[in-house]
Amino acid sequence: MAILIDQNTRVVVQGLTGREGTYHTLQCRQYGTQVVAGVTPGKGGTSHEGIPVFHTVAEAVRETGANASLIFVPPPFAADAILEAADAGIALVVCITEGIPTLEMIRVAAYLKDRPVRLVGPNCPGVISPGKCKMGIMPARIHKEGSVGVISRSGTLTYEAVGQLTRCEIGQSTCIGIGGDPVPGTTFVDALALFEQDPETRAVVMIGEIGGSAEEEAVAWMQQHFTKPVVSFIAGQTAPPGRRMGHAGAIIAGGKGTAAEKMAALRAAGITVVESPAEIGAAMKKILRG
Amino acid sequence: MKIHEYQAKEILKGYGVPVPRGRMTTQAAEVYDLAKEMGGTVVVKAQIHAGGRGKAGGVKLARSPREAQDIATRLLGSRLFTHQTGPEGKQVQKLLIEEGLNIKKEYYLGIVVDRSRRQPVFMASAEGGVEIEEVAARNPAAILKEHIDPQIGLSPFQARKLAFGLGLPPALVGQAVKVFAALYAAFVATDASMVEINPFLETAEGNLIALDAKVNFDDNALYRHPEFRLLRDYSEEDPLEIEASRFGLNYIKLDGNIGCMVNGAGLAMATMDIIKLAGGNPANFLDVGGGASEESVTSAFRIILSDSHVQAILVNIFGGIVRCDVIARGIINAAKAVGVKVPIVVRLEGTNVDEGRRLLQESGLNIALADGMQDAAEKVVAKARA
Repeated sequence: MAILIDQNTRVVVQGLTGREGTYHTLQCRQYGTQVVAGVTPGKGGTSHEGIPVFHTVAEAVRETGANASLIFVPPPFAADAILEAADAGIALVVCITEGIPTLEMIRVAAYLKDRPVRLVGPNCPGVISPGKCKMGIMPARIHKEGSVGVISRSGTLTYEAVGQLTRCEIGQSTCIGIGGDPVPGTTFVDALALFEQDPETRAVVMIGEIGGSAEEEAVAWMQQHFTKPVVSFIAGQTAPPGRRMGHAGAIIAGGKGTAAEKMAALRAAGITVVESPAEIGAAMKKILRG
Repeated sequence: MKIHEYQAKEILKGYGVPVPRGRMTTQAAEVYDLAKEMGGTVVVKAQIHAGGRGKAGGVKLARSPREAQDIATRLLGSRLFTHQTGPEGKQVQKLLIEEGLNIKKEYYLGIVVDRSRRQPVFMASAEGGVEIEEVAARNPAAILKEHIDPQIGLSPFQARKLAFGLGLPPALVGQAVKVFAALYAAFVATDASMVEINPFLETAEGNLIALDAKVNFDDNALYRHPEFRLLRDYSEEDPLEIEASRFGLNYIKLDGNIGCMVNGAGLAMATMDIIKLAGGNPANFLDVGGGASEESVTSAFRIILSDSHVQAILVNIFGGIVRCDVIARGIINAAKAVGVKVPIVVRLEGTNVDEGRRLLQESGLNIALADGMQDAAEKVVAKARA
């Protein structure tokens, strides 16, 4: 078991024929992901690296039975790409693209709200269920199949955490990069709910950062609904207020969204919070040993 | 992206938000005539990218053109220190000269994105003229909120709820509804991340007008608004940060002495955190991007070393898909090209890590290798102290 994706996931790549799209798609396929189609408007009917290309997502779904979409489309067109995937009946949309305007994402979120689709991202490294399926740009070799779920707003910091887990011989069920934007498709709460339902996931690593209140909302939800142990790290304990720290969503605004507040909320709920990013793996090891 | 008050008012006016008559100037000599033109009594307002100007003496009422010119002469070139400027303050280079108004009551209006609701939220308060964060902390019930369905926009009934909720005189509600709609239209059309009018004024004559205005743009949407580039005031930004942005680097200057170069924003923040935990102080936040190419590493070294406080550099690269030997060559070539004199600690992780480490060790440069983030932080803190 894993959540969101496994060996049965059939992936269509939107923006397959671009440089990034091609490179990462091949990496995913090499990992064992079933990449069944690509979509590039105007290139339908051709084949790219042995993958059939279609003009539209609807056509790709009809012809190949794709049920998940991976998006590498440039920012001005990425919101539209998400809508197209949802309209075509895709159940899981993973959007890697960084730089989509926030007000565009708000309209996208409103459109997706009542449809049977889950969006992960944008501005994220994607999702991987080690040993089964990779939909994203994360380095596959640092992962190991196992039973710890990982949820993170970051990219390379997620790799850091996963690398530590693997070095501690702790495998992962699924790792989800929910992305660093202010309006992500999947939140900590959404991902935690999926891990709660997954019998194979024994514990979760949750990596937050400054900005917004997604971590506090996760704490409130976990107190009511979550039964598995969590190790958490919040990046940006030394970040100055009012400055956007790389990610569009990583900003302390009006004195709110500090790492200290988030860490305090997590601790108050009895969740293990590590102060140092180097202690994530060791803390999880300690918990699993019981 | 931040802009000045006079620019924000110009934009809002274009969408139908009433603003006082005013003119921006950089010349004290112009102020006498400007003030005379506006009827003699004016407000002289320093234009800097920071809040809290009033308390810091950057907003002054002048009762005559002579007084306006005197104030302008004093303000221009001076430094203002507010809770948002940092200890070095901000130099005043521009002034806004505005007509004086007869204040009856001050309100607050603002629109931001509510991240958890995934909707814009229109906020209004009868406690205007003070920091809204202060009101939120002291009396949250005093802030009225209307969440806006992005597919419908701000409905007139919502605007009326806000207007009546503020306790505006019924005769002014119609006027207020129009202003609120204009403000929301401006928020959407400019892809703002925030618009704020504080205070929003009810004058003795029964007019509603934006006495102050703040507009921040969503950086991700700037590609749709090429005209906003002209509004950017480079003199308000750190020169190193401007230089970094030209190379596509995300750099924020801090006040420590350990320069950091990291790939990825989250890891860059975590690296700053672990330096602090190890007893050191980061000199900057710097994200060279997920990839970390030789060019980006070279420009990153240049930027970091332009800060004379830097006594050691920590390079923390989680290579991921990029090969470590390629990154190592990039670091070596960049360090040689730039002529790095301070010690460098490198933490490399990724494919071909052994080859990468060998290259760094044999480079003849003052580079110490680290194994993991903890080791890296301890080593660089020790070197910065030495």
